[in-house]
This record gives sequence, structure tokens and C-alpha cells, in this order.
Amino acid sequence: MKKVKVYITLKESVLDPQGQAVAGAMHHLGYQEVKDVRIGKFIELEIDSEEEIDDKIRAICEKLLANTVIENYRYEIEEGVPQ
Amino acid sequence: MPLLHHEPTPMDIKEQHIYKEMGLSDAEYEHIVSLLGRQPNYTETGLFSVMWSEHCSYKTSKPVLKRFPSSGPRVLQGPGEGAGIVDIGDQQAVVFKIESHNHPSAIEPYQGAATGVGGIIRDVFSMGARPIALLNSLRFGPLSSARVRYLFEEVVAGIAGYGNCIGIPTVGGEVQFDKTYEGNPLVNAMCVGLINHEDIQVGRATGVGNTVMYVGAATGRDGIHGATFASDELSDASDEKRSAVQVGDPFMEKLLVEACLEVIKSDALIGMQDMGAAGLTSSASEMASKAGVGMEMDLDKVPQRETGMTPYEMMLSESQERMLLVVQKGREAEIQEIFKKWELHAVAVGTVIEEKTFRLIHKGEVVAEVPVDSLADDAPVYHMPSKEPESFRVNGQLAPWKPTLTNYEEALIGLLKEPTLASKEWVYNQYDSMVQTNTAVLPGSDAAVVRVRGTRKALAMTTDCNGKYLRLDPEVGGRIAVAEAARNIVSSGAVPLAITDCLNFGNPEKPEAFWQLEKAVDGMSEACRILGTPVISGNVSLYNESRGQAIDPTPVVGMVGLVEDIDHITTSHFKAAGDVVYVIGAATEEFGGSAIQQWLTDDVNGQPPQLDLAVEVERQHALLQAIRKQLVMSAHDLSDGGLAVAVVESLMDTGLGCTLTLNGDIDAELFAETQSRFLVTVKPDVAEAFEDLVKDAVKLGKVTEEDVLRIHDKDQEVISVAVSQLEEAWKGVLPCYMQSKTVN
Amino acid sequence: MKTAVIAFPGSNCDSDMYYAIRDGLEQEVDYVWHQETSLDGYDAIMIPGGFSYGDYLRSGAIARFSNIMPAVIAAAAAGKPILGVCNGFQILLEAGLLPGAMLRNKGLKFICRHVDLEVMNNTTLFSSLYDKGETISIPVAHGEGNYYCDAETLTKLEAENRIVFKYKNNPNGSAADIAGIINERGNVLGMMPHPERATEALLGSAHGLRLFQSILKHWRESHATLTS
Repeated sequence: MKKVKVYITLKESVLDPQGQAVAGAMHHLGYQEVKDVRIGKFIELEIDSEEEIDDKIRAICEKLLANTVIENYRYEIEEGVPQ
Repeated sequence: MPLLHHEPTPMDIKEQHIYKEMGLSDAEYEHIVSLLGRQPNYTETGLFSVMWSEHCSYKTSKPVLKRFPSSGPRVLQGPGEGAGIVDIGDQQAVVFKIESHNHPSAIEPYQGAATGVGGIIRDVFSMGARPIALLNSLRFGPLSSARVRYLFEEVVAGIAGYGNCIGIPTVGGEVQFDKTYEGNPLVNAMCVGLINHEDIQVGRATGVGNTVMYVGAATGRDGIHGATFASDELSDASDEKRSAVQVGDPFMEKLLVEACLEVIKSDALIGMQDMGAAGLTSSASEMASKAGVGMEMDLDKVPQRETGMTPYEMMLSESQERMLLVVQKGREAEIQEIFKKWELHAVAVGTVIEEKTFRLIHKGEVVAEVPVDSLADDAPVYHMPSKEPESFRVNGQLAPWKPTLTNYEEALIGLLKEPTLASKEWVYNQYDSMVQTNTAVLPGSDAAVVRVRGTRKALAMTTDCNGKYLRLDPEVGGRIAVAEAARNIVSSGAVPLAITDCLNFGNPEKPEAFWQLEKAVDGMSEACRILGTPVISGNVSLYNESRGQAIDPTPVVGMVGLVEDIDHITTSHFKAAGDVVYVIGAATEEFGGSAIQQWLTDDVNGQPPQLDLAVEVERQHALLQAIRKQLVMSAHDLSDGGLAVAVVESLMDTGLGCTLTLNGDIDAELFAETQSRFLVTVKPDVAEAFEDLVKDAVKLGKVTEEDVLRIHDKDQEVISVAVSQLEEAWKGVLPCYMQSKTVN
Repeated sequence: MKTAVIAFPGSNCDSDMYYAIRDGLEQEVDYVWHQETSLDGYDAIMIPGGFSYGDYLRSGAIARFSNIMPAVIAAAAAGKPILGVCNGFQILLEAGLLPGAMLRNKGLKFICRHVDLEVMNNTTLFSSLYDKGETISIPVAHGEGNYYCDAETLTKLEAENRIVFKYKNNPNGSAADIAGIINERGNVLGMMPHPERATEALLGSAHGLRLFQSILKHWRESHATLTS
């Protein structure tokens, strides 16, 4: 069993109104040093397979988890997930 | 309260008074011991604690609620089931109920409000009805507080998130802001459904040997002790009870609605009930108790979202979007097949048994065994002491208050900028008010109107209550709440049918608070009798206090009316230049509890406006006749802010203006909140016919093409202002407050 | 003309679309459940609004993999009229039948109200009964209707006259005020506003009805050509 952590983010060219709102809230709280906020998604998968795992994850991300018109993704595979 | 896996023994529960942490009193615990003939174990104590909470048992409010009239020629189902049902002819009926989710919303406003909506929807479709509309009655503290803005924003988002996704239009409601609700906001949700008589379901578990089935979301540890939580006063420690708030899944509920409405067509279904407050415990025990049977459930079969759940946790969980069904033995597969289409699993979890016992089995052992009626029927009933508050006597003796006004325009604009009176577009534009394509009158008029597809009929619906009047005099205020709701219904072209109520009050153990409850119910009951609108369902939310301070008594009235023909549908907006403007009923110098008093003095005192129910009925009847004869172009009831505010509301978004002349005391004419009044416009050629029919109508002036509001005090102009300026003031208030970004 | 209204778990404007066609257009219409695999026998296909699969992950992302979708894609390739409204538009984008993607509304709030649209192209089979430049009132009801596409796609959409409706006062921040776009072939229209909610004056506007009547007119004309 592998645990895979997938991070999905909006492409830089795409406006992120949610991130802007959160940045505004941070400024309101006095954290003027926060220059930008981008909000994305974090998804954890448990995959019971070793074979071609990278290909599988990429296919899953591109077909379903990310919309590549507006989103980028990256992932990490964690070894030896404790049961 | 720690949720222990090594549960306390029956002796621990007794000696360490653990039952008290669950909300049971010493006397209640002793009563349980005598009912069982032994000490209850931990799970059993939990069952009693939720079923005997005020939320489930109405133990303190029951004697008062009995005073409500609850029957009538059209009533098919009164209080006691998921929701009440009223006949609308042609073998159809309307099903509705309102319920509070005040405490959960104060702690976690988005989920609290969302699950409030989800719960009331389940109450309606568990009767077999298709939910066709939602309304919400909300009360918050002043918007100047960042915390209040956060609560307001999230509550509205929660309602929108749930209602929009499930596809039931949110068509109406109200939002008010007052200091009294600062620590204890009110979030009351109402659902209206439509049903064919033949589809009416009741939550009963008849037929020994029949199968008990569980459908919907798996059970997790969420919301454990929500029902007792709702019956506690809010304190700073409440923030730590966050785990008691459930999370809603409107998508799951959408599937449940569709699947359950398909299942009711099957004669394999015996009964159905939603797992609301007190979850599996209340749904199962109430269904068995009502049918005069018992039930045995195997908890290992209950779908579980988390591992290692104890019987106590499973029985008290308030996980959302779950239904309990009783199905004919041997026909489970038919039911499962229907749910499968909707990607839902129906699981057999128990059996109806003859012995009137509620028995729970976990890992092969009996973990709870109590007489089924002891949970549902044997809860104690308390007759609380009641005492007229000193403040009521003192207040009643004050000399009547009168405003001193010099600039009427400024006063009018000031009132329009009060958040309670200001436009609620910011709120209702976030709600899908049109899905199902039946909403004939969208939010923003007196009542929302939803057409009954396939007929010429429509349903008008509204929620109303002015807590300030009840603060001053709960009996008069209670009467007004019902009458005002009826006025909204009649203005829309409908005859009032019945009400549902949500009684939001303070701690009933305080005699003054209990007195308020009694008086309000007396006032409401009287109005309901005279207006012919029985109480068919409702909910009680007591203990609305924060740091020892109770809210204003706020019995929210949800009323539904029947529009006999869609041609009668009338809105509050002026329609055309040249139409004659009338007010029905004369103004009297009544300012106690009024918006103008609140605006000028930041408080209210004196007596609220008086209400003569005979006059009320007569005027409502006359107006409805005129509407049905198609004599009326627009109708609007006069409420908060009096005539002046009503006129502005009728002008909004019309591009029109009007010129009016008032001949009485100008302060009263503009701002008094005299009851039983309506603002009406009529085509000039039928003005005479209208006047003949509506004896109390007084002509005030005309609707004009020029978009200016002009008001004359006899021959002197006191107001002359562009409608666009009024519109800007009125519409700008909530967006302006809510732009100042809310930070929790 | 026989129309299919595709229903997914979580669709909630499916019956609105059904009634618009049955009662407004007075044509034959069926619901087709997402588990079906064939759309044979249908002349037009409607993908209604709602929250298919709860809009979990992304609007339309899960519905796009339903059993029925290959049949929708085949129908598009066969030139049948396909209309996706709101969530239906999002599904068409996810399925790649139309270019671009949806972002959350600029104001971050769900918006439900009547909005004014400008008819940009009245030469499509969906809009032939409108005048070019005409303003029509159609309701929107969405939280994610902020249409996005890259500059190249936008230029192409504009050059090919594929923007059918634009907002007069953009409510959601969509690129170039886009409210509805059509595919290259001209038989797949996606739009955020709900024409099915504007088919009778009782509900505030009947401006949407002409969209459905345009589809019917097209069908009658092409049917007449085929049979004559």
C-alpha cells in the first residue's frame, strides 16, 4: 500500500478570487507582509499497487482530479504507510 | 463530556451523578430507575437523556402547547408527526413545518444552518411529500460587530449551500438585527411540501416481524448529544462543544429525497421517519411506541463511518441524511432495488417485536433493554412556575412615547438604512429561489408564491415575528405575529390556511421567561382561532440565553395560504403611473416598539400597537375579495416603519414615483405602526368599485411616472426625494456592511 | 422532435428542462438516466443544471465519466443539437465538447437573479428566433460561472462568432462577459443562464422559450429537407 499526496493548484495565469479574499482578510488582521495567497486542493490516495504507479497517478490526475485547463498538479509518494 | 470507551458502570453513573452531565436531573434519574426496576447502564442513560430532553420531549412546553388550536376542516395531520398537513383540494395537500437550529448555528454557523435546512427537508419528505419551497427566519445582533457579520455571512452561505445544491427553492423568510440576539442568533428553517392524499406516510412501525431498515449516510460520532446541547444555555464553554455540530451533505440528501419519494409508492413500505435530533434513538423508539409495538436492533449492522463506535455513540449520533424505514418482512429486496438506483444502500438493522421493549444488541450481547413507551411517552411533564415580570408592569404604565421630528426625509432615509428594514437582496440573491420553475413571486414581496403545477392554484408562504412587540407585551406581540403573517398572505392574493411556529424563548426555569412563553402562546392561539389558521406543526427552542440574558421572546410564525387562481397573485410593487394609492385603515398615534422609536432612542418602551382581531379579519376579508375581483394592482401590508417605509418598498425596482397627501397627525401617518393596515394601488376606473368593497380604504394620491416620492402633510410638502436616492440608501446597507471583510 | 433530458445523481433542473419542453415547447421529451448508454431515437439532447455528484471535486468533473457520456459525445459528432445549461455547461467543458473551464464567481457568492443578456449571434440553430443585438432577460443561478479560457481560445471564439450570449452587466467575472458559447460545428451550446426558467410570463420572463423554439425550427427545417 502506498500513500500518495496530490496537490492541485490553479495555474498562475488564472485569477484566484478565493485566494484574494483570504489575502485581504490577512491584511485586515495586520499581516501586511502576506503578498499573495493561492488556494488549491490536497488529496490523499491509498494505492494498492506498485506497478507503473507514476503512470497511474498521472492518468488519474489528468483525467479526473485536475482540470488541466486551469489547474496544475504535483504529487508525492510516501513509502511504507503504517496500517 | 468525555466519550469513554471504558464506560462508567451503572453504579458509577449513580454515584458520580454522570446522568447530570447528560442533562438529566436527580428526580429524572430516580424516575428512570423506578421505570426499569434497576439502575440504567451507560447506553440506557444516554437513551433517556436525549429522549427526555426538552428538544425531544417538550417536557416544559407541552402544557402550554396544548393551548394552541390544532384542528380545522382542512387539517389532515396536526402536530406530532414529522410535519403537519393541510388539504388544498383535488386530492392534494400542503405539508409544512419550521424548526430551529439556533445553538448549532451559534457555534458553527455554516454547518449549523445547513444541517438545519437538511433536517427540516427530511421532516417534510418523510411524510411522503415533495419539498417545494424553503424559507428562513434569521435574527442576529447588530452588524457593527465583526463576530455578528461572520455569523450572518456563514449562516446565509450555509443555507444557500444546502438549499441550492438539493434543488429546493429558498423563496422567502426574514432577517432582523437587534442587540437581543447578539450572543444567541436565531436560525429557523421552514420547509413546504406538496403531497397527494394517497401518499401520506406516518412514522409507524406496525406489523410484528416486519423489518427495520436503515438508509442514507453512515453513522459517525458527529453531533453526539446535540439534542441536549440545544437545551442548554450558550456559554463561553460552548465553543469547546464544536464536535456536537453535524456536517451536512446535501448531495446525499438529494439522493435520499428522490429515492424515498419513489419508495413511498411501494406498498412494501410500512413507515418512514427521519433520524433527526437524537438520531437512531428517537426515530426507532418513536416509530415503535406510536404503533404500540417494540423493536429489536442489531447495532453491528448499522453502517458506521468510524471504527470502534460504542452502542452509546451509535444511538446518540446525529449524523445527517439518514432515514429509518419499516418494511414488510420478505420484501426487503424490492426496497433495496429502488435505493440501489440512487446509489444508496438500505440495510436491515432490526425487527418489529410484539413485546413493547426497545432492545439493542451489540456484538451478540443485549446492551440496552428498556420499555419502549418509557422513552417516548414517560418523559416527565413540568408545570413551571410563571411570574409576570416587574418590568412589564412598569413599562405598561409609561406615558405613550411620541417622536419629535423636524426632518421627515432624514428620518425616512435613516429608517431605510436600518439593517432590519433595509433590502435583503444581498441575502436572497445567494439563494436559488427559482429552481423547480414554480416560483411566481420571488423574494422581496410580502409573501412568496409558488404555483402548484398542473393546476390554477398556488401557495403563498411567509414567516413573521416582531420580537420588540413581544418584549413589551408578549400576548399582544404573539397576536400580532400571527395577524401580520396573515396580512402578508392576504396581500399576495391567498386565503390563510394554517401556521407552523418556532417558539424561541429564554430559560423556562425562570418564571418570568415561562410567563412570556405562556402569554405569547395565548396571544397566538387567540389570533389563530379568529383568523382560522390552526397550528399544524412546530418546534420549541428554549434556553436561548447568553450570559444569563434571554433573547426577546420570538415566536416565529410560518404561514401558508392558498391562492385559488394564479390570476389572483398580487405583489407589493406599484405597477403603473396613474394608479390610485389607498391605505386601508387609519393611523393612530402608536409608537411603542416601533422602528422609529428604536431609531430615535436606540430602545423601545411603552405599549406595542394594539390589535383588534375583529377589525383585522374584516379588512383581510375585504382586501381578498377586492383582489379576487381583480380590482387590485398591488397590495402591501404596513409593518416595521409604518406607511412611509411601506411606500418606499412598493416603489423599489419599479422606475415609478408617487405623490401622496396625508391629513392626520403627520408623525403617526408616516411612522406609527398601527395594526391591520394595507397599502393598495388600484386602476382609476375601478376605484369606485374598490371603495365600495373596502370600506376602510382612504385615498392618498397617485402613482407617478416621474420617479420622485412626494408626501404632503395636508398642503405642505414634507418629503420630496428621488426614488433612486431611496433605492441606493435601502439597497446599499447590507453590501456595505458585508464588504468590510469579516474576520472571525 | 423528441428530446432527451439527461439526469445525473444531483441534477436538480432536470424536471425544469423537462417541463419547458413538454409544456412550453409542447414537444415529446424523456428523462434519460446517466446509467443508460444510448441516445438513439432522440433528436435533441439537454444536459440540465444542478449539482451532479454534489459538484464535489469540481463542477461536472465526475458526471463527465458517466455511462451516458460516450453517447452524448457521439450525438455531438453526429450533429445533433446538444444544450448544456449551468452544470450542463460545466459538464460539456469537462468532457471537452466545448473549450475553457469554470472558476468560482468573482464575488465568491452564489448568484440567483434575472440578468440581461445580449444575443451576439443569431445564426445558430439555438438562437435563430432572436434578433442580433437583442437584450433578453434570463435568470442565472450558479456559484461557479466565471468562464475562463486562454487568450488564444478567446480570440478564436470571437473570430469564429462562437460567443452566442454575453452578459450586459457581468455578474460573475467571466472572460469577455461570456454567458454562452457554441462549438465549431454549431450544434453544441453551453450557457450559464437558465433558458428553461424563462419560458412563461408567470415566472417573470418568457424570453428563454425562443431558444427552444429555435431548436424546433431547425429540426423541422432539416427534417423537411431530409424527407422531401
